[in-house]
Amino acid sequence: MRLSAKSATLLVLIALVALSPILFPSGYYYRVGALIFVNAIAVTGIVILTGYAGQISLGHAGFAGIGAYACALAPVHLGLHPSLALVLGAAISGVIAFLVGRPILRLKGYYLGVATLGLGILVSMVLNNERQLTGGPDGMEVPDLGLRGLLKDAGLDLTNGQFWYFFCGLALILGAWLALNLYNSPTGRALRALHGSEVAARTVGIDVAQLKLRAFVISAVYASVSGSLLALQNKFITPDVAGFMHSIEMVTMAVLGGVGSILGAIFGAAVLTLLPQVLTVFAEYEQLVLGLVMMLVMIFLPQGLLPSILRKVRGKGE
Amino acid sequence: MTALLSVEGLGISFGGLKAVNDVSFTVRPGEIVSVIGPNGAGKTTLFNMISGVYQPGSGRVVLGGENVTGMAPHLLARRGMSRTFQNLQIFQSMTVLENAISGYHLKERGPVLADLFGLPSSRRRAAEAQAGARELLARVGLDRAAEREAGNLSYGALKRLEIARALALSPKILLLDEPAAGCNAVETEEIDHLIAEVAKSGVAILLVEHDMKMVMRISNHIVVLDHGEKIAEGDPATVSRNPAVIAAYLGTDAGTEAAHADG
Repeated sequence: MRLSAKSATLLVLIALVALSPILFPSGYYYRVGALIFVNAIAVTGIVILTGYAGQISLGHAGFAGIGAYACALAPVHLGLHPSLALVLGAAISGVIAFLVGRPILRLKGYYLGVATLGLGILVSMVLNNERQLTGGPDGMEVPDLGLRGLLKDAGLDLTNGQFWYFFCGLALILGAWLALNLYNSPTGRALRALHGSEVAARTVGIDVAQLKLRAFVISAVYASVSGSLLALQNKFITPDVAGFMHSIEMVTMAVLGGVGSILGAIFGAAVLTLLPQVLTVFAEYEQLVLGLVMMLVMIFLPQGLLPSILRKVRGKGE
Repeated sequence: MTALLSVEGLGISFGGLKAVNDVSFTVRPGEIVSVIGPNGAGKTTLFNMISGVYQPGSGRVVLGGENVTGMAPHLLARRGMSRTFQNLQIFQSMTVLENAISGYHLKERGPVLADLFGLPSSRRRAAEAQAGARELLARVGLDRAAEREAGNLSYGALKRLEIARALALSPKILLLDEPAAGCNAVETEEIDHLIAEVAKSGVAILLVEHDMKMVMRISNHIVVLDHGEKIAEGDPATVSRNPAVIAAYLGTDAGTEAAHADG
């Protein structure tokens, strides 16, 4: 039996999450792995917005910021459990994306890029300036999720690193499953159609404005959950999570890995999370080498890393 | 039978230039109406106004008794209008089958959460659309190319794919903008048959076409545009004898050809 692309992607992902720890020489790598998964969740949202629907956002870190600070603030001020704070953050991000998306998604190409950039900067400024609430640039503490303790009571004793590795891994698999469902669904097809030709999409009855908005809201929720998981994992958060660089990182990871495919984008997240760790041997030239790698990939593998590699492999196999 | 589509005094200007001026005609169910005219006569502009791509400067478009002037294309689609494009508008990176399925959007769309979680309702909607799309592809002779990426198909095949996608909407009126342009004689004849068959099923057809032989053969009614104005209309025989038409369209062609022959 031939495996569908969706099942194949999920199997690869599950195998990666489950089996990678065999190769980990130390506990530190669980932490890096968890970071990769957190980034990959946000990047999966970017794939829906940019890869499926063809719309760009340079402000999605703003939603990650909302998710992160919801987990920091809601337990303290509203007495919510951190897990519910994650849900609240996702809901707030979704509502803001809905309200802001309506006017700005009428813009196209770089105009949309600049408008979303503004949205990200706005959130970042609020987090930086509302010192009494957010602690400003110094950041603030985030309460413990408490799930690891529950698992320990149930007889499953994981280190902090292991817990977050598997928890974020599961969240990523769930996120990828949803995105893959969407791809071949009526909504996903309509998103890809409007990406291909907006005028043709309209003539087959697709409400282009409404569908772009849906993609924007869904991707905002992904970014928000990613921010929440980062905050809960680090137990500390600074406004950098909502910063411009973080927005750029998300888009870069998606494009570098291959924005058209979920697995490619996750691969991109892995590469760009790992690369800075590897490049520390270059000391002060780290950023320089990173930039160079990115330029070379885009020049020689414009489809993104994973799709280009897969094409090479398949080409040789035949 | 009463008119399904009536175009009343439609006009539009671009930068002070009247691209289309005071054009009126009607299309009835099952009827094939063709709009002809020299290059730049305003045929595609007229199409774009009727299908909601451009906002008309003056006049009305009435579809099934409802004033739909300047209505957005996706709302016109819900009211039974579908169209193809002169310069192809295909979803290039999707498969041929996916292109055809997208024509079923209005029938297969549902709650976005059902689509995200892959609920049975979502899968059922998609499967129904896919079954319909496969039938349509067979009808236009593209069933064997279903899984190919649309961007790799020949021009003639893409023209047929666009028609299949437009038919997927089960339209009441189908607007075809030069469906045979760039197609060879065999392909043109295939498209010919397809259009006649669709019209026979009761769909009103509005056609812009350069291939005069095809227009004369399949049209019930012809509207002739020149410099954005309607200069004649009637059945093929009447129109082809009309002196104004011969001068504006056929005549100039004949004149140039004669000049070439003399030279």
